[in-house]
Amino acid sequence: MNEQLIITTSPHFKHPTTTQRIMLDVLIALSPAVIASVIIHGWYALVMIAVTTLFAVGSEFIFNICVKKTQTISDLSSAVTGVLLALNLPTSTEIWQCAVGAIFAIVVVKCLFGGIGKNFANPAITARVLMLLAFAEVAGGQLGGNPFVEGSHADLIAGATPLVNIDKLSPEMFFKVTPSIPEMLLGLRAGAIGEGCIVALVLGGIYLIVRRVIKWEVPVAFIGTVYLLSWLITGNALLALYYILSGGLFIGAIFMATDYSTTPLNRLGKLVFAIGAGLLTVLIRFFGNYPEGVSFAILIMNILSPYIEKLCAKRPFGGAKNEK
Amino acid sequence: MFWFGFLGNTHIPHRKNTAGMAAEKIAPPGEVLLPMSQHIGAPATPIVKVGDEVKVGQKIAEASGYVSSPIYASVSGKVSKIESYLRPDGRTVPAIRIVSDGEMTLSDDITPPEVNDLESLVRAVRESGLVGLGGAGFPTAVKLEGVKKAKIDTVIINGAECEPYITSDTRTMLEESDLIKEGIDTLKKYLPDVRSFIFGIEKNKPECIKKLKELFALDEAVRVATLPSLYPQGGEKVIIYNTTMRVVPEGKLPSDVGCIVMNVTSLAFMAKYLKTGIPLVERSITVDGSAIKNPKNLVAPIGTPIRALIEAVGGLTEEGGKVIFGGPMMGQAACSLDEPITKTTGAITALSIKESTEPPVTDCIHCGRCVEACPVFLNPTVFSHALGLEGKDERVARLEEAKLGLCMECGCCSYVCPANRPLVQNNRIGKAEIREYKAHLIELAKAKEGR
Repeated sequence: MNEQLIITTSPHFKHPTTTQRIMLDVLIALSPAVIASVIIHGWYALVMIAVTTLFAVGSEFIFNICVKKTQTISDLSSAVTGVLLALNLPTSTEIWQCAVGAIFAIVVVKCLFGGIGKNFANPAITARVLMLLAFAEVAGGQLGGNPFVEGSHADLIAGATPLVNIDKLSPEMFFKVTPSIPEMLLGLRAGAIGEGCIVALVLGGIYLIVRRVIKWEVPVAFIGTVYLLSWLITGNALLALYYILSGGLFIGAIFMATDYSTTPLNRLGKLVFAIGAGLLTVLIRFFGNYPEGVSFAILIMNILSPYIEKLCAKRPFGGAKNEK
Repeated sequence: MFWFGFLGNTHIPHRKNTAGMAAEKIAPPGEVLLPMSQHIGAPATPIVKVGDEVKVGQKIAEASGYVSSPIYASVSGKVSKIESYLRPDGRTVPAIRIVSDGEMTLSDDITPPEVNDLESLVRAVRESGLVGLGGAGFPTAVKLEGVKKAKIDTVIINGAECEPYITSDTRTMLEESDLIKEGIDTLKKYLPDVRSFIFGIEKNKPECIKKLKELFALDEAVRVATLPSLYPQGGEKVIIYNTTMRVVPEGKLPSDVGCIVMNVTSLAFMAKYLKTGIPLVERSITVDGSAIKNPKNLVAPIGTPIRALIEAVGGLTEEGGKVIFGGPMMGQAACSLDEPITKTTGAITALSIKESTEPPVTDCIHCGRCVEACPVFLNPTVFSHALGLEGKDERVARLEEAKLGLCMECGCCSYVCPANRPLVQNNRIGKAEIREYKAHLIELAKAKEGR
């Protein structure tokens, strides 16, 4: 009889979920949006996604070699960042710009802070914001164009995102020139390649909720807050619907505001984070200089996240108050 | 704030393969090893010498303090050695080895105890060698005596049995329901202040719930509470809250909120002892796990080596995995198959090599699964972080501020962690560090006084 036994401390059972499995789930959840982006925006979208993913994973690989760290690319988190970044960029972005963005996201925002779980700001969002500020092509495709575009969908796609029109037109005129609600749901409008197709994003979101990767409260509270406040400010329920279907709200609420590293650990904290991000989005959209505010809102909340986490921590069961 | 209903939040596999199997008595083992510490408290003191002839139920070690428990010979035969035994928790205690004569002759001293009031009940329970059979091993007599110091109005009978595989309590509830009833009647008689008796049973044992509900259908003082099948229902503070909504505050005992928690098998044993006078010399034990050929429930003398139990169930399917005292969530891994079962061993779990091999530890991804899994709302990441701080004072202060003392080491955090971080394992290190630090402070204070 071989008497060698394995000895470890309890627990001796382990839940099968691993980091890699979670990231794979996120990639699976992103796949409808990827497919939709290619159908709507053409093959160039796929090229963009491929480039950002390749450079994201590649830069993490090379970074780990340079700093002599255990290789971490197999956890798939850099692939998630890569895909998400591309989905947040318009087709007017140059290939080299995609590559620069991906490298910035991984090396500066993630790896320099210690890698997965330690970065305080969402890499994809930070990179997108940087690109928005640095590259005219990104800002142009996202926000610019002729606000009075009329007619075909093709024009609309080439033209402005409805958010630009909302600010400048009366509601009657606005409804005349913008895509209908079904078109908005399918993503037949201008903007970043992955943000438009609400149906695909929601499909991915439901998958993540069912797989228990994300909490349903976060996207619901984020989008709900934006809807209610937009309704309150405009006094028009239909117009408020455009506000939530436009811009990067759905992709932000489902895939960015639910990022583990950059949001609070506890459930109450996650909810507060989502409501706060919704509030900031509305403030930036209505009162700021930029027509779109989801990225900025999430980024600001990322910075507040540790404090929200601390304030929202549950009191340990039966725990006495700590003396200060 | 912000919690609803029940404590306990973690789905774990049940694998109650042996729930339908009646316990079988095993053939007497060739020898038994009886460690002097099979309970919480001071180790017992041996009162036999090498070469002494002993019979089943003969006292071989005396309780050596208030929180302690006597130990009885579990086979008849000869004391062959008094040796030191390395417990799976790393402590070394004396242990008495008895070579069996195969006869299992009962000791002549055995007579049912005379019980006519609380005092004599506590004395009898103390003499029986009974300790919490669910796994904690707290001497039952000390618990019962708590009635004198605090006003106890509720007795909770723990039949949660929340660990995977283990069904020994399930079998007690099904096979020994008469004893359970007698036990309740005894407690009623001698603990007149107690107004309610609550059985807490996880809902994955509907037969047990049904049986006990029928048994106590006409008894208004007894309630059978169905607990969710969410680990760790059997934790003391968890079962108290989930059956009575009472919160045991930090640093307090269940008796401070008017409760006593007793394992269901302990209760049945108490009733049996009062009838027969045979002390705690054997126990029911589930032998199961992914490396066990034919899982079974067995009744075995305390001190039986694991090897004899595994042979009694047809052996292992593969060698070289893990063999655990208790269940996979809180049990302790055995170093060798020659280690003996003790009073608190409710199960032997043998896991296959595949299930014994842990995935690699990767970086924390800050997902919050551990925070959500913790049944007492701790944040395990804080403890692990605190352990990395420079300076002992700072480490201990941070660990205490985050309430490490409330951790019951149920292991939910480590179980759910996708990065396989050693969370509960770090908590144990943290607790040891706090203990050490406090002992050191006391020493310092003494040294100052001495000067």
